[in-house]
Amino acid sequence: MVNYYIEALSTYAEDVDNIINLIFVFAGFWFILCEIIFFGFLWKFRYKEGEKAQYITGEEKHEKKWISIPHFLVLVCDVFIIIGAVQVWVDVKLTLPPPDATVRVVAQQWAWTFVQPGPDGELDTPDDITTADHLFIEENKVYHYELVSRDVLHDFSVPVFRLKQDALPGRVIKGWFEANGKGESGTCRADVDFGCEDPANCPEAEGKTGCYDIQCAEMCGIGHGIMSARIHIHSADEHRAWQAKNSKTPLAANQ
Amino acid sequence: MAHAAAAHAHDDHGHHHEEGFIRKYFWSTDHKIICFQYLFTGMILAAIGGFMAYAFRMQLAFPGESVPLFGVVSPYEYNSLVTNHGTVMIFWVAMPVLIAAFGNYLIPLMLGCDDMVFPRLNRLSFQVFLLSAIVLIASFFVEGGAFGGAWTAYPPLSAKAHYNLTPAGSTLWVIAVALEFVAFLMGGINFITTTMNSRAPGMKMWDIPMVVWMIVIASILFMVSVGPLIAGAAMLVFDQMLGTGFFDPNRGGDPVLWQHLFWFFGHPEVYVVLLPAIGIVAEVMCVFSRKKLFAYKIVLYTAFATGILSFFVWAHHQFISGIDPRMANIFTVTTVLISVPLAEMMFVFIATLYGGSIRLTTPMLWAMSFIATFLLGGVTGIFLGASGADIYFHDTYFVLAHFHYTFYPIAIIGTMAGVTHWFPKMFGRQLNEFWGRVHFWVTIIAFNCIFIPLFVLGAGGQHRRIYDFQNYPDLAGQSMVNMRVFATISLVIMLVAQFIFIINFIYSAFRGKKVGRNPYNATTLEWVAPSPPGHGNFEEMPTVYRGPYEYSVPGRDEDYWPQHVPN
Repeated sequence: MVNYYIEALSTYAEDVDNIINLIFVFAGFWFILCEIIFFGFLWKFRYKEGEKAQYITGEEKHEKKWISIPHFLVLVCDVFIIIGAVQVWVDVKLTLPPPDATVRVVAQQWAWTFVQPGPDGELDTPDDITTADHLFIEENKVYHYELVSRDVLHDFSVPVFRLKQDALPGRVIKGWFEANGKGESGTCRADVDFGCEDPANCPEAEGKTGCYDIQCAEMCGIGHGIMSARIHIHSADEHRAWQAKNSKTPLAANQ
Repeated sequence: MAHAAAAHAHDDHGHHHEEGFIRKYFWSTDHKIICFQYLFTGMILAAIGGFMAYAFRMQLAFPGESVPLFGVVSPYEYNSLVTNHGTVMIFWVAMPVLIAAFGNYLIPLMLGCDDMVFPRLNRLSFQVFLLSAIVLIASFFVEGGAFGGAWTAYPPLSAKAHYNLTPAGSTLWVIAVALEFVAFLMGGINFITTTMNSRAPGMKMWDIPMVVWMIVIASILFMVSVGPLIAGAAMLVFDQMLGTGFFDPNRGGDPVLWQHLFWFFGHPEVYVVLLPAIGIVAEVMCVFSRKKLFAYKIVLYTAFATGILSFFVWAHHQFISGIDPRMANIFTVTTVLISVPLAEMMFVFIATLYGGSIRLTTPMLWAMSFIATFLLGGVTGIFLGASGADIYFHDTYFVLAHFHYTFYPIAIIGTMAGVTHWFPKMFGRQLNEFWGRVHFWVTIIAFNCIFIPLFVLGAGGQHRRIYDFQNYPDLAGQSMVNMRVFATISLVIMLVAQFIFIINFIYSAFRGKKVGRNPYNATTLEWVAPSPPGHGNFEEMPTVYRGPYEYSVPGRDEDYWPQHVPN
């Protein structure tokens, strides 16, 4: 139901969507059933001149079964939901698949700083690429993120990845994601994604896709509303070119 | 008839002490006057909270434009409006109206006693509450303005003035909330003690009307859960004022500690306000369907089960907040399981309608709409309680729509059901039925039109507490803008419709059609007292012979068998 509104672009996004759909089916079933019976009763047992209501205590066994049977069916549905939810949770939050690369995500009032490995693929080396409010990643690569906050609580949220994690001052929180494509809806915008004053004259933005919102999803003060960032999903070639262009100390210079 | 003679006796009774206006209405220990104090204070604060919603919703629909009656909403103002809308509506509207006002009015009347057991404590409770409301309102006028760090007040943002930029506002916010809790602790002591000790002769535990039970259970939940938060509030004020570091990671503190203390209270709090509303709906439903409540004891057991479970679910607010992720599994189990007693409660209510003779009067319309809308609020909660799905929905408008589909039925629909139902008892006059229905239909349709689009926006990834979504290109699409405008227009319609209620309320209270003691032919004891009841409530203290919902008993001519009638 969610992927009708927003694309699913990480390897686990589909799992999250599936558990949402499962709950949607179960909850939707009970909701519609209850509403139908409820409105049916309201109509069927409306006041009619001279008709007296029935005297039902609900204490007898044959009466109680009308609520105890659905009660157990709800419990059964709950068990399925719990199993599904825990499975997804374990995959997304409790498992860390071996990384291809690591990025550092630094949140502060009210901006994001992203530290990305340069061409050597290692974080905390001189060729790291530090960017503000734009995160550049390569598709089909497992990324670990190290999430830190410099001041208050923030939340690193990438809706298309179904990724959300609070940033806490004083802690490094690790997690992972893997983009499985650039998607279709993420046409990059010259002004937002490439900082071009004049969108008509912005060659680097032309034909670029794979740009999506990063949100701060935890109240962090007056500037919370402007604490947006963008994620750029690159193909392998694009990413190599981007690294070569932006790394201050390219590999060749080190050698 | 005996009633007429009793009415004369009451008139004599009412004359033997004259009280001045101030003494009668502002310094009274009469539980009915204290109810009105809570009710009207709650209504005034509801108007303030509604106006806040109007201002920030207008900003969301028409970003940057000047809002009529408010002006341009700055980012700071947006945050403080959102924060205080939430705070006011939960702590200063739902709590005082549902628990304090209805608890005060109904408990002595429904139990057949003359007043609360601690009337002076009761008066003090309201006075402290009023003080807390004044402190909160005052926070808008201090230097730096009102607190804007969300109603959950997570530190370090709430703890350090250089992060929140509201040095005085954030402290006043915490103090106001703490004072408010003190008021409700005193009220809760009264409700529980009165119910346990002052029931009419013959009223056994299973003869207590459901709404009284629910208020008692809610009071117990409140008293048990509030301690940790008061401790947390004290620590937060120390962090703000004295420079301690309870929540400061740079000094060995832990910001997540506050979240645990807050939500350990915060989640039971949901049921603290839910249960009285459920009780009101049960009362109204039995009267207007002429039915005995289906499985009285099961309703009570589900309420107890919900209450107990509610202490084990708090961390579902913190799935992604950096707690040990393994904990999420435990809290998913408890949270999803809480759907079982609540679903059962809804099943009981629907079963009660079976075989009834249902008349959709204004109070009944409100009570029925509670069930219809709360069902949606309930089932959408499962998405958020299931950890895997919450990864996506956390802090989106889906959450917002979900809890408004629970809190709105509780705080507004439940209250409206109660106020319209007991209006004849409170004022001895009838609420205008036609305008009551007009108000109902406009409100309920507009309410759904506000929050259904917000579910969709939340599913589309729109996150909360953002004053202008133009900063987020993925959220700035035309269809999302349209939904925001639609929700805002619906909100304006709903707010305007409340004037119908206010005018109807005031007009009917003074000029409405006079009614007798028991206009609905109801069975519970409050309908034995005169309308409105005088000081001391009953001319002759009633004795109870049976349970509260003996409607349509076979073999009797009348379709109701009041609790106080011997046979």
